[in-house]
This record gives sequence, structure tokens and C-alpha cells, in this order.
Amino acid sequence: MTAPEGTQRIPVSSDQDVVRVRQLVRTVSVAVKLSLVDQTKLVTAASELARNTLVYGGGGMVEVSRVENGRRQGIKIVFADQGPGIADLQLALTDGYTTGGGLGLGLSGARRLVDEFDIDTAVGQGTTISVTKWCR
Amino acid sequence: MERVPVLKIGDILLVSIQIDMEDQVALQLQEDLADRIVATGCHGVIIDISALDIVDSFVGRTLATIASISRVLDAETVVVGMRPAVAITLVELGLSLPGIRTALNVELGMELLARERYDDDEADAEADGDEEAVTL
Repeated sequence: MTAPEGTQRIPVSSDQDVVRVRQLVRTVSVAVKLSLVDQTKLVTAASELARNTLVYGGGGMVEVSRVENGRRQGIKIVFADQGPGIADLQLALTDGYTTGGGLGLGLSGARRLVDEFDIDTAVGQGTTISVTKWCR
Repeated sequence: MERVPVLKIGDILLVSIQIDMEDQVALQLQEDLADRIVATGCHGVIIDISALDIVDSFVGRTLATIASISRVLDAETVVVGMRPAVAITLVELGLSLPGIRTALNVELGMELLARERYDDDEADAEADGDEEAVTL
């Protein structure tokens, strides 16, 4: 995978920033020529994860970049926060589990909507989630 | 903060969401609709989401909550105009919107509400008819 050029960053500290993340991901998805369904899946996943960054991570940073793997184009999005971290990752990735009064589908659902999903978290160290969606 | 307008058409409240809603805007809509149902005595709510390019778990949950609140206030809610890609993504996310009536467009949504109302009236009329028969 080549190094991303033209990475765009959006600090996330309010509801409005979550909307900005959705709009940026939409724009880049169109530029990379993801199919309409894949665009919709990626923007939805980004919305869930950006909201998590805000609500559970206490805010953070989202980075969106175009990536290439051989001839395939894709989009990589990184969500990073300095929040409390996730104590039990298995549990957090279970459908329906929530500590925030939501539906508990954000993390587990977002994982199903992307091609690659990596999570790096430790209690007190914050959480970083990277997702990638490739053109078919 | 932007606000989603609620229009009254006969016995129906019509909401067409035309903006990428911040979470607070969605919560405000939930309150506005509850107020308008009580103020107008309307028995039907149609929420048009044909302009939404994604429905994430937050908006999905808000729609479900609106439907529940309406029902408690003697109004039926129909969500109309969902795009195919949005439907595919919602189901993969794990959200199948149980308890929410849907129709393909506003017109069919209005027909659905009218039919239900008519069936209710029929049932009432039949009950009345039976009583009359007894008194005769």
C-alpha cells in the first residue's frame, strides 16, 4: 500500500464536525469512484465512528486519505482520540452492547460495512480505529 | 441550529428531511413532532427521507423513537422514500427498523394512512351497527 498523499484532517469536537466528516468521506468516495452502495456504506461507517470519537473519546481527529494497492483504489479513514480507551474490546464489538445509551451497533456495525478494520486501544491511552474500503 | 419544518396537510403531518442533520437537529425534530401531534390532533405522520444519502444508527433510532412517541399520542408514522443503497446499508449495519411502517413514496404513505384510518372507522361503524341491530 503506497503512502497516502493529500490526507485531509478534520478535528472532531462537535455534532457539526461529525457532519463535516460525513461530507468529506462522501466527496472522496465519489472521487475514488466507489459504487453508490459502497459510498453509502463507508459514509455510514464514518458517521458511526466519528460519533464514537466525539461521544466516547471526548473528541479527537479524523484523517481521510486515498490509498492504492496495486491497481485498486481505496479510501482509508483513521479516527483517533485521547479518551478513556476500551477496556473489553470483544464486548465493545458485540452487537447491542453499549455504555452510552445507544443501540450498541456503531462499532460492530461499522466493522461490517468496511473491508478492513483495525482498532488500537488501551485503557487511559485513547483509541485509534483505521478503516479501509476498496473499489471493486 | 437548523430546524426541519413540519407541515400539516389535512389529518397528516408531513416532514421532509432535506438536510444532513446534526444529532441535535434530529432530537429537536422528535420534540417538535410530539408537540405538533398534540397541538393539531393529527392521526398520521409521514417522514420523507428520500433526500438522505445515509441513515446511521442515530437517525435510525430517532425514527424509531418518533414512531413510538406518535403511537402513544394516537398517530401512526410512515417513513417514506428510503433509497435502495440506504436500505442495504441499514440492514447490514444491523438496524432493520422494527415497528416502523414504510412506503416507497409520500403518495403511497398517504394511501397507507388513509386505508388504516378507513379500516378503523369501518370497525367502529360495524360495532355501532351491531348495537343498533340489537336495539331494533
